[in-house]
Formats: sequence, C-alpha cells, structure tokens
Amino acid sequence: MKDQIRAILKEHARLAVDVDALADDGDLYQAGMTSHASVNVMLALEGAFDVEFPDRMLRRGVFESVAAIRDALTELTKDR
Amino acid sequence: MGATYSSQELYDGLVGSGLIIPVGVPGIFGRNAVFEDVLRRFDDHVSRVAKDDGAEKMLFPPTLDRKVFEKSEFLDSFPQLAGTIFSFSGKEKEHAELSSRVHAGESWGHLQTMTDLVLTPAACYPVYPSFTGTVPEAGRLVDMQNWVFRNEPSTEPTRMQAFRVREFVRVGPPDVVVAWRNMWLERGVTIMRSLGLPAKSEVANDPFFGRGGRMLAATQREQQLKFEVTIPVISEEKPTAVCSFNWHQDHFGKIFDIKTADGKLANTACLGFGMERVCMALFKHHGFDPKTWPAAVREKLWP
Repeated sequence: MKDQIRAILKEHARLAVDVDALADDGDLYQAGMTSHASVNVMLALEGAFDVEFPDRMLRRGVFESVAAIRDALTELTKDR
Repeated sequence: MGATYSSQELYDGLVGSGLIIPVGVPGIFGRNAVFEDVLRRFDDHVSRVAKDDGAEKMLFPPTLDRKVFEKSEFLDSFPQLAGTIFSFSGKEKEHAELSSRVHAGESWGHLQTMTDLVLTPAACYPVYPSFTGTVPEAGRLVDMQNWVFRNEPSTEPTRMQAFRVREFVRVGPPDVVVAWRNMWLERGVTIMRSLGLPAKSEVANDPFFGRGGRMLAATQREQQLKFEVTIPVISEEKPTAVCSFNWHQDHFGKIFDIKTADGKLANTACLGFGMERVCMALFKHHGFDPKTWPAAVREKLWP
C-alpha cells in the first residue's frame, strides 16, 4: 500500500523534494504540498483504492504524511 | 427593529423605502441617494480610522487581466463564482446570425468568444502582480475600493452578485502581515460596535467548490487563515459577514514572485469591508431613515 501511496504522491503532490527521500512520517506540507495539491492527492487516492473519504477525514492531518494516509486507507478498507 | 430577523422582510423594507431598486435579476439592484450617502459616510469613517497607517491608495476598474486570474488559482477553488467576459469577434455573416438569434429568443452564446478579461472576483486581485520583485523592509500597504462580481444569484438581500469592497492589502514578512491582520480584526469589531452594531469576530472559511472544497475549507479553518466580523442582519444564528480577513501565507508571493527584503517569499493578507452589507446592517439595526438613527451613530458617520 505504501508504494502505491508514494506513486500517487509523486504524481500529484507537487513536492519540492523527491518523495522517496521522505520518511513515512515525513511532513508532506513541509515538503511543499499545497492545499490544492492535497485535494488532488485525495481524489487520486480515492480512485486508486476505490474508497471515498468521509467528511470527517477531509482535513489536513489525514494527508500530512505517507503513514497518516496509510492509516486512513487502512481504516476505510478494513472490512473488505 | 432588531429583535426579529427575516431575509424577506429586510428585502421588502429596503425596496419599500426606496433604498434599493430591483432590476429583475436576483442579487443585482440599484441604490438610491440615501443608501449611497450611508455607504460613502462609512467609507470615510474607515478612512479616518486608518488615516495614520500610511496606506498607498490605488484604484482599479472592475475587470481583471484573465492571465492574472488564471495564475491566481481562483478557478481551482471557486469555479462556480467566476464571471468571464465574452464578446463578439466575428464578421458580417456571424453578426447577422447573432442579431437574428437574439431577436428570435434563441441561444447566441456560441457566437461570442472569450476576451482577455474577467470580472474582478475579489477587490484585491488586481494589486498582487504590482508587488512582483522585492518589497521594502517594512513591506507595503495598499488601500483600494472596487466592485466585485460573484455568480451566486439569490433573493437574499445581503447575497449580491455585484457589490463594493473597501479593501486593504498588506505584503511583507509573515510576522508583520499576521500582526497587521490581528490589529485590524480588533479594529473591525470596534468600528462596528461604535456604530451600534452587535459585531463579533470568528474563524471562517471560503465557499470552496465540491468535495475537494470541503477539504480546503477544513484546512483553512484548522490553520485559522480566514476570519470574519459578523453581525446578525437576516438571521440571529447565521450572522452576516461584513468584513472578511484572509491570510494567504505565501500563496501570492509564490505566484507573483514577491520577495521580502531578506530574499524570502513574501506573505500577503487582505481585509475587505462588504460596503453594501455594512449599510444593510445599519438599516436593519437603526431603521431605514438615517435621520432617525441614534445620535452616537450619526456623530460617527456625519461628524
């Protein structure tokens, strides 16, 4: 799952650094992801993992790192 | 007046007393001389309060360079609110078709092409490209007023499609910009209360489009990037924003390459008074005839 998340970040997060240089808990916003870019990441994750983030997850913290995104996706896909 | 709130009653009252003149399109109306006098008086009052701030005055027409608009990312956030200017650029043949379609009541939009202009969506947008380069160490402060357009037809009188905003824009290092915003937030509440209006300030969000917009709104709130001074005008529970404060962090600094004296990306913030909304708040709370307003309020506006 983490590799897929990183691939999506590479394409949509418009980071100032290479996403592979970031640790799983590295702050994506610090690395240059803008609010608009995080929306594109969110929509790409929904497409790739066939999930829909509920309103309570549409906030900054959920998309702040690879680990945070993995936690959110794990929760959304746990009953499959 | 004052105890009960109703959108329809306020609209009927404003129309009945001649203060606003309906033109047939929701959210668009004329203003009479009394309305305009109150608006100008409030504008002057703000100028008196801010007279020692050292702002540069600028005035732009209510149209914006489409390229600036495209760079600003407005369409990423608010595609539903934008107004783009189209015009005719055809020849005789297309003109004949245009005329005949208009007179026949048929659609004619396809005979228009996009111009280089959009309607100004927020009063501050035209100023940012003028900051490109390095700003002085203390930053800059600009004072503007402009008509803005929002595509949101509504019968609710405070939700207009075209209205005036008195806007101040601060550019400089982050701490300078935030301190200025905080100073004005207090000032904004004080100004409204001094006019007998029950104002308060609160964290707010812009009406971003769609599901992605919900995330942008939540982010904006979490980071406390937007505040509003609100007053109950048509509803007690949902008071009306009469003044709005946006801290853009380095959003415009990045887009328009604005640097501070030490070479870092500049921050910007703006605040805008919704001039018609302030007038409507005054009419709602003090009555439709300014001659009968409380003496303390009149002294501020007619010094």
